[in-house]
Amino acid sequence: MAIASHKQRVIVVGGGLAGLAGTVRIAEAGLPVDLFSVVPVKRSHSVCAQGGINACNEVARQQGYSEYEHFDETIYGGDFLANQPPVYALAHDAPAIIDLLDRMGVPFNRTPEGQRDLRLFGGSLYKRTHFAGATTGQQLMYALDEQTRRYEAEGKVIKYEFWEFLRPIIDDNGVCKGIVAQDQRTMQIRAFRADAVVMATGGNGLIFGKSTNSMMCTGAAAARCYKLGVKYANAEFIQVHPTAIPGADKLRLMSESARGEGGRVWVPAIKQADGQWGKHPRSGEDARNIPDNERYYFLEERYPAYGNIVPRDIATREIFQVCMAGLGVGGQNQVYLDLSFKPREELERKLGGIIEIYRKFAGEDPAEVPMRIFPGVHYTMGGLYTVYTPASDLRGMEEGAHNNMMTNVPGLYAFGEVNYQYHGANRLGANALLSCIFDGLFCGVSVANYVRDNAAAAAADAPASIFDNATRAEEAIVQHYMNAKGGENPYLIAKEMGDEMTAASTVVKSGPRLEQALTKLGELRERMARVSLADVGGWSNSNLTWARAVSDMLALADPILRGGLARRESRGSHYREDFTQRDDPNFLKTTVAEYDPTTGESRITFEDVETGLVQPRKRDYSKTGKPKTSNDPAPAARSHAGAGV
Amino acid sequence: MTTTNAHAAKPKGPAPRARTVRFKVKRQDAPGKAPRWEEFDVPVEPNANIISCLQWIAAHPKTRDGKASTPISYEVACLEEVCGSCTMIVNGKVRQACSALVDFYAPNEGDTITLEPMSKFPVVRDLAVDRARLFNDLKRIKGWVPVDGTYSLGAGPTESQEKQGSRYVMSTCMSCGCCLDACPQYTLEDDAKKWDSSFVGAAVINQVRYFNMHETGKSLEKVRLDVLSGPGGVSECGNSQNCVKVCPKEIPLTESIADMGRAVTIHNIKQFFTGR
Repeated sequence: MAIASHKQRVIVVGGGLAGLAGTVRIAEAGLPVDLFSVVPVKRSHSVCAQGGINACNEVARQQGYSEYEHFDETIYGGDFLANQPPVYALAHDAPAIIDLLDRMGVPFNRTPEGQRDLRLFGGSLYKRTHFAGATTGQQLMYALDEQTRRYEAEGKVIKYEFWEFLRPIIDDNGVCKGIVAQDQRTMQIRAFRADAVVMATGGNGLIFGKSTNSMMCTGAAAARCYKLGVKYANAEFIQVHPTAIPGADKLRLMSESARGEGGRVWVPAIKQADGQWGKHPRSGEDARNIPDNERYYFLEERYPAYGNIVPRDIATREIFQVCMAGLGVGGQNQVYLDLSFKPREELERKLGGIIEIYRKFAGEDPAEVPMRIFPGVHYTMGGLYTVYTPASDLRGMEEGAHNNMMTNVPGLYAFGEVNYQYHGANRLGANALLSCIFDGLFCGVSVANYVRDNAAAAAADAPASIFDNATRAEEAIVQHYMNAKGGENPYLIAKEMGDEMTAASTVVKSGPRLEQALTKLGELRERMARVSLADVGGWSNSNLTWARAVSDMLALADPILRGGLARRESRGSHYREDFTQRDDPNFLKTTVAEYDPTTGESRITFEDVETGLVQPRKRDYSKTGKPKTSNDPAPAARSHAGAGV
Repeated sequence: MTTTNAHAAKPKGPAPRARTVRFKVKRQDAPGKAPRWEEFDVPVEPNANIISCLQWIAAHPKTRDGKASTPISYEVACLEEVCGSCTMIVNGKVRQACSALVDFYAPNEGDTITLEPMSKFPVVRDLAVDRARLFNDLKRIKGWVPVDGTYSLGAGPTESQEKQGSRYVMSTCMSCGCCLDACPQYTLEDDAKKWDSSFVGAAVINQVRYFNMHETGKSLEKVRLDVLSGPGGVSECGNSQNCVKVCPKEIPLTESIADMGRAVTIHNIKQFFTGR
């Protein structure tokens, strides 16, 4: 390993779990880190995660579970679209990651003996989910926030909070040498040099208007990389959670356990003479006044065996279709999730936490009236295209290899939800926190090695012109908005984009509908060119920030639609009503999108998935036993989080 | 993030019963500028919260007398009351705007909701304030568990359910600053040079207790208690008990203050006799 030049620095963009884990690992390796975030890092979106974090543990292991099983579940849950070596490494590092977080002081729930408690979660028959109350994401992130603060106090990390990433700076050889960012208060635009840049900017839920995501999850940072030549993969794979609380401002998640505890899903409807259900004249009024024979329990009627506890993707699709047919409660996009028939004492005891969220935000008591829920865009499986060096036997990634989670631009990395690895076509619950922290820790070492081994070409010595040119390009974009007089309103364009993307490209998709959405997108891009701002001030101008984000969201919406159009099959979260089956011969492939600056559209190609460890098999959760078609012939005892370079 | 995005997509179907709520917003263009009041009439939908109304104003920035205005600045992120961003003063009481439901604050046509920025932090713009002092204090008290690096060294210490329960509640503090805003002893301080000698307030005292309770975290106990026994430390608490009344996470802040008060007393007596 080479010695880092004292001039060398690393930039991390984003201060959620992935960004903070990466920052801590890189700072620990002795490289100074500049950490950029649009919010104080302690307020990042990772705080919204509730359920927990998966890892094999001693109890499950003695029941027959293993890291290999965790790996297999993740691949199977993702409908075989994930590259297998990184997932293998993820599952095998998970126990050490839990231990580390435990040492950092995360208040994990405990057993009577004082051991870490475990809960059952989707996609597994073993208890392998560690949790801290109902705020696991918040607790894990605070632990990493605290460790980052420690390095900050020691002068090894400099935080740039309320700074927005505007673009990566790529030199004439195509290598990333820094970023341009903007202070959201002074509105100053500045170039920052760096020997490596880590994007850890999360998902893009806001492209769909309302989602379960936080308000900074626009995908704009990823889009800005994509527009400058970074490939974007599996854009069409967006997880829609079946039960969220529709709010006037966002969708808030309502845990699946509500249905697990007996919750019934229904809409008010009148059964017609032909046996079909039709609109109810009093739909939307007090649900308690709707008699039982005017309640359409559509999941129970269509799936007599499983009823309300059908798998997530089916529940999501059915709720969506009922609403599209105009049967939603009050004609709106909502159905009832009813627990009001259950004893109040039982609800408080088993579901207290989520009942409280509903009370607080919907202002109604689920013990009295049914909850109003609707599927909500939740997680971005796709993301910036990244590569890695597989271990020679494909069991994991080579530790410390320069390119682990590097994009196609050398020196530019993507960690966490913003990359496309690990989750394939569908993410399993409680694997997101794990993949974010894993990326930061495991691939943080790769970043440090890459920087050290390129000490001879330090960014500090790069010509000033590439930084000046990048800054000027961004200043020109700002000038454009400040002078624009076209009269279009960015807030209304964003709303139309969100409505269109939700209607065309979430739960149920079809070729013609996606084509129609692409036409709409083109029209919105044209209108975006004529946008003008209500606020042209030079201090803390959030109107400008939002307008810029909308323009970038429109660019990223294109591969989401075009990828969905090219993928003429159904797999995981991607359901095409005109191609309802999984088609491995043609589409067991990664969708790769490249931006065409002349048209503002994307070019789609397909690339093989690395499936060398587990052979693809049919995904079928209707049976309780998982087919045992694969076994790890040589389960090596590994502990990546513990092995350094 | 300081933002004002407004894409509150309305569900399909017949419009719900429309109602108009008047918002009276205290605005300030930049630090040091004079504040002014602006009023907006906002049509609200069922389940509207303060944030959805601010989003509506951003998309329709006109005051109620038809004057062109600008989107209102405020900090926002999770909208689920777990990030602490959108803390402001709603009808005179400090809280998160995301969990403030319009039906509660303005049940009738034409009711008014008043929004002001937090009072103990410098205004950045409109309803956005700068809470850097709070994060600075977390650095001063060494608010972290001093682990031996991030490589694999086995599990952390085991912990009883009871202790986990009390640590968990303390750890839900999202550094929103409600307790500081409501505290008579915590005063606005623009000058960062004076932060180190100004009252730290309930949130930070609670964090000292949180880290000192942890088996590994308590190795820095003395350093933390030095901060709490110095100027701006725990003895400056005036016992108004406002903090615990406004904490959105119902953290037992007065219990933490009392506990740390005792710890500082013992710490000072020990230091007096041992010089350490």
